[in-house]
Amino acid sequence: MSKIFAKGLVCPLDKNNVDTDQIIPKQFLTSVSRDGFAEAMFFDWRYLADGSPNPDFVVNKPEYKGASILLTRANFGCGSSREHAPWAILQYGFKVIIAESFADIFFNNSVNNGMLLIQLSKTNIDLLFNRCTQGPQQWQIDLASQEIMFGNNAALGFSIDADIKQRLLSGLDFIGSSEQLNPQIADYEQSRKASQPWLG
Amino acid sequence: MAHDFSAKTLYQKIYASHVVGKLNPSTDLLYVDRHLIHEVTSPQAFSGLKLANRAVRRPDLTFATMDHNVSTQRRSMDAAGETSRKQLEALAANCDENQIPLLDLTHPDQGIVHVIGPEQGLTQPGMIIVCGDSHTSTHGAFGALAFGIGTSEVEHVLATQTLPQQQAKTLKVEINGELSAHVTPKDLIMAVIGKLGTAGGNGFVAEFAGSAITAMSMEGRMTLCNMSIEMGAKAGLIAPDETTFAYLKGKAHAPGAAHWDAAVKYWQSLYSDPAAVFDHTVVVDAASIAPQITWGTNPEQVMAVDQSVPAPDSFTDATKRDAAERALAYMGLQPGQKLTDCQVDVVFIGSCTNSRIEDLRAAASVVQGKKVANGVRALVVPGSGMVKRQAEAEGLAAIFKDAGFEWREPGCSMCLGMNDDRVAAGERCASTSNRNFEGRQGRGARTHLVSPAMAAAAAIAGKFVNIAAVHTQGEQP
Repeated sequence: MSKIFAKGLVCPLDKNNVDTDQIIPKQFLTSVSRDGFAEAMFFDWRYLADGSPNPDFVVNKPEYKGASILLTRANFGCGSSREHAPWAILQYGFKVIIAESFADIFFNNSVNNGMLLIQLSKTNIDLLFNRCTQGPQQWQIDLASQEIMFGNNAALGFSIDADIKQRLLSGLDFIGSSEQLNPQIADYEQSRKASQPWLG
Repeated sequence: MAHDFSAKTLYQKIYASHVVGKLNPSTDLLYVDRHLIHEVTSPQAFSGLKLANRAVRRPDLTFATMDHNVSTQRRSMDAAGETSRKQLEALAANCDENQIPLLDLTHPDQGIVHVIGPEQGLTQPGMIIVCGDSHTSTHGAFGALAFGIGTSEVEHVLATQTLPQQQAKTLKVEINGELSAHVTPKDLIMAVIGKLGTAGGNGFVAEFAGSAITAMSMEGRMTLCNMSIEMGAKAGLIAPDETTFAYLKGKAHAPGAAHWDAAVKYWQSLYSDPAAVFDHTVVVDAASIAPQITWGTNPEQVMAVDQSVPAPDSFTDATKRDAAERALAYMGLQPGQKLTDCQVDVVFIGSCTNSRIEDLRAAASVVQGKKVANGVRALVVPGSGMVKRQAEAEGLAAIFKDAGFEWREPGCSMCLGMNDDRVAAGERCASTSNRNFEGRQGRGARTHLVSPAMAAAAAIAGKFVNIAAVHTQGEQP
């Protein structure tokens, strides 16, 4: 079975510890909407102080325009829990992020927005960055077979939590699946009230 | 020796007692005892609920405050600008519509969510507490499993009072011995983050234990657990003890007389069994820790204040070397430089890390009878209305004001600069907050994280000061 989750251009962001303050700075968090964050992504790196695009920032380089796969390094998404970070990345057009590791809250937030986050060893991440030095890369991500396909029959496998894979493949409703356990939730509340009445 | 498989860590006990059911082989649905919300990460969750025609399942277990986006100059919803006003009004409307208790700007106890939760007795041992804010780890100081969540998860908790979770790994941070004079829990956690790194706790729940923790006040424990997220830990945790129970007794939402004894009896069962095995253990000697200061742009880039700024070449790891190089350029620092030679422009005493009464007492004791140095802008932002009133009653506010500090209204303020409390580009700030990320306090702002006493001493001297050395010499800072 083959199922292409995403295919497209890869943008290499060669940094460790990219925090969510960098992904989307504070001034964009006053919104009450889920939309409109694409322009805010990596704002302080992406735009110069006068508001013009920073030509040195990788996302702005013409060869990475339209990229849909973000390649980066360790501990991506650390810091603030702001879900505005994955919203901004997704709305910009990245559907997949490949990194050595992710911060926990950012990882969950991204999965909850239907994004695929692939974690690979440092050795493999180095290999992928190496590929990117050879020129712009077009990759396909097959989620069913868990492979990053580079073309010419070259591919790299990745592992993923079985439940997350299932959620991404089937598009299960996050809240809806938990609501299937509503009777158990009610039972839990009953016994909690009896054993720890001070909790309310 | 046979391993005792029934032995559990505190985290495992709390986790097990909250399992409602299994969603699939590796994911459990856990019940949430307390859901704290604020204006920034909740509006989209309420919109989502409405769109799907879902109700808030347990408004009585949900509690709201206004903190991130409020003005600290005056108590008015329009004081921080038009978009902030809209966000604050959205929270008020959502709470009103769903009958969720809210400490709004007119309430005398309003404050930072992680300061008021404990103050109000909303935070209790054994609970699972979540909030759309990464510093929810603060509440782990009470032996509650407390962690930050995103807005989709806020919506999930509002709808079901539960959250899907998988078991985290367990990390024990054992801290033995006594902290030296002028070395605070803030210095301790910064040193631990320096040792483990900003990703050292990823995938782990960290339990802090040892004689230094037993001797620590609740406020110190909160500072410690608060910053456990800065090493990537899912949560920080400290087993509750007599110090915890004494803190909680009589708090507004703590168990009343009818349930107090039963609650304490349950709380006394919340500890890691002696035979429990942690996935990883780190041991720290409290006496070896000196006052800390960050020199870079993430919390692991930290050193003792008497050390010199490291040379990027001193890092063997290439990515750490690059990060150090970039950090020094951003921070305007040179390798080998002493930060005690470095001028400060702004001093911020506040945030969910260090805005409680003990923090303000420590800072005021340094400030008493002195003046803020020329050219330094210094702010004290108490964490809540209760902290503010107590500081005023104890005469601390007068000490700060007489010295030339601005004495503000409660809020998150300059920790993240969502309101108008920002550090200008190129300015150097001594800050008691928790993140020294690029641009965190304002675009181009240079943040150095320190303890409240170190921040206060920097305000007076106009440059960073080694608070321990000054006091050892018998001088006043």
